[in-house]
Amino acid sequence: MTDGLRFFTFAAPSRFYALTGLLTPWLWLLAIGLAAAGLWIGFFVAPTDATQGDAYRIIFIHVPAAWMSMLLYLVMAFWAAVGWAFKARLASMLARAIAPTGAMFTVLALWSGALWGRPTWGTWWVWDARLTSELILLFLYLGYIALAEAIDDTRRADQASALLAVVGAINVPIIYFSVRWWNTLHQGATISLTAAPKMASTMLTAMLLMTFACWAYAFAVAFTRTRALILERERDTAWVRELAATAPGTRGA
Amino acid sequence: MQWTSASEFFAMGGYGLYVWGTYGVAVALMLLEPWLAVRRRRRALRDAAAAEA
Repeated sequence: MTDGLRFFTFAAPSRFYALTGLLTPWLWLLAIGLAAAGLWIGFFVAPTDATQGDAYRIIFIHVPAAWMSMLLYLVMAFWAAVGWAFKARLASMLARAIAPTGAMFTVLALWSGALWGRPTWGTWWVWDARLTSELILLFLYLGYIALAEAIDDTRRADQASALLAVVGAINVPIIYFSVRWWNTLHQGATISLTAAPKMASTMLTAMLLMTFACWAYAFAVAFTRTRALILERERDTAWVRELAATAPGTRGA
Repeated sequence: MQWTSASEFFAMGGYGLYVWGTYGVAVALMLLEPWLAVRRRRRALRDAAAAEA
């Protein structure tokens, strides 16, 4: 990367590695704290729903997971594109590091949706627009990971998978607006910036706390994976050699 | 708080299987993924040390 394109202070992998090393423990703590608060409110303060009974409590996992699955895809596609367009190594590594977390949240959204659909709709699965497009999102994540892993040359793997990520991004607005564009069994948006929330404020508080917990979790785990990727790809640099030589637990391995 | 006993809490008004099935898988995935990521970083550091030696 030339100096002219070094527009981020932490675009240097060594600096990013050091910074995220300091941040990650706090992000884990934040994730645990927010999740504890969210679960407490979600299970002990929020009342039983009048129509759905206690089955609605699945929402505190389902909605944050579904939001994260879409958001992380866009973030992944963005960094993949930046890495591709500007030959920014760290951006490509970030994209690769985000993919498994996005796939995990997609699985969780589908799984929690199935377990919610069974008692409320009477079915685990239905081929409606929202569910089908979310399933396609999972295949996009898995395709991205498989493509990137299948190509040995790192630069080419980053480029080919970036193309897939960017083209696949069209699916995200399709998921988001599917409940409006098509007649779906899935309900419309629970939260909107333009309308009053259609749920009790304690339920909303719990859901937002869980969402922020998932954010902190996603940052923490994606940073950890980015740090692993940096070490793998920069193994022959002086700073990694020095780090490996002085790190505890690596001697005599 | 609406629960009068632990068993009532775990029953989740008859939806226990669905609610705990969701939370159980969520916890399992969110422990497994960080564990794999941490292991990968440690392994990368070890490999870097081994390559140098």
